[in-house]
Amino acid sequence: MTNDQAPMTTAPATLDALKNSCAELATSEFRGQTRVVIAKGQLLAAMRLLKNDRGFDLLVDVTCVDYLNYRFDDERCPASGRFGLAYLLASTETNERLTVRVFVDEPDLEVPSMVPLWGGANWMEREVYDMFGVRFRGHPDLRRILMPDEFTSFPLRKDYPLQGRGERHNFHRIERAEA
Amino acid sequence: MAVAQPRHGLPDNVVVTKLDELANWCRKNSLWPLPFATACCGIEFMATGASKYDIARFGAEAMRFSPRQADLLIVAGRVVMKMLPVLQRIWQQMHEPKWCISMGACASTGGVFDNYAVVQGIDRFIPVDIYIPGCPPRPEQVIQSVIDLQDKIQREGTIGGEEFEVATRQQTKRALQELPLYGRKAFVPPPAPPSI
Repeated sequence: MTNDQAPMTTAPATLDALKNSCAELATSEFRGQTRVVIAKGQLLAAMRLLKNDRGFDLLVDVTCVDYLNYRFDDERCPASGRFGLAYLLASTETNERLTVRVFVDEPDLEVPSMVPLWGGANWMEREVYDMFGVRFRGHPDLRRILMPDEFTSFPLRKDYPLQGRGERHNFHRIERAEA
Repeated sequence: MAVAQPRHGLPDNVVVTKLDELANWCRKNSLWPLPFATACCGIEFMATGASKYDIARFGAEAMRFSPRQADLLIVAGRVVMKMLPVLQRIWQQMHEPKWCISMGACASTGGVFDNYAVVQGIDRFIPVDIYIPGCPPRPEQVIQSVIDLQDKIQREGTIGGEEFEVATRQQTKRALQELPLYGRKAFVPPPAPPSI
């Protein structure tokens, strides 16, 4: 079976290896795609195992969801925090895919950075920091990437108003006479 | 340009006019636009400059991407709050006399993008002479705006640029001013950022 015919699912051996190394692990499956929820303290070890032993050489995306006032009724996804980080992993060798989720809650919005494992995590983690305020311990350059440096809010948080807090109006107006 | 009848004794190839009108006539027919194109309006503006619509027929084909060589700023597309200081600096770097066209719904009002990042009309922050409606406007509309601007320059212009020094004359041309819901008055400085 060549790569382009291989199903983009998760091998049972991968889940077994994860279960052996992580004490707290919840797995679920939706339309052939597997998702695991890992405790924050075990994230770095689990990701290192996935990369070094299970061949997940590509970090497709790092993103985040704000679950403020969200009603969790799915027991397979034990949410333990306001923000749910999502790491989408892939193996270019076997086409294996895996979604890793980690929940963090205020006031400790800090998770280990994945930049030492996948260099591509650099800008993606900066975007998560810019939009949600989740900080990544060990990130080499954790600055805002989309919003201006002087911006002080995290605009994709659910408690941030859609129209902002007046930031877009807080500029000097140039008149004809002074230009 | 109002051309007076040749006076007695002058040859036929001499015309008499006012200095202001002569300057306006020169300026309006050689507008050098700076296309500040940030979105799909920029694509439509490219069509305006291409051969089918050919803005060169109206003397405004010399696009310049340096503000020091342009006298007509055409803002085509939405402007976000991170880009606005750049736009203001470009406007300040242009030499007088200079004019500004706000092309399309986004540049004029923010369009459908009423969120924290998008400026709700560039006329809140820089002077605008002509607004073009549309999403995006047709090239004919852009050409009509150039014609209207030429008319405005011919009617209002002075060689010394006195028409620019009266700020109150520009104020009446501003569209929407502050909105009560999220205007400048409602601005509350957010708390200091968390230390990393």
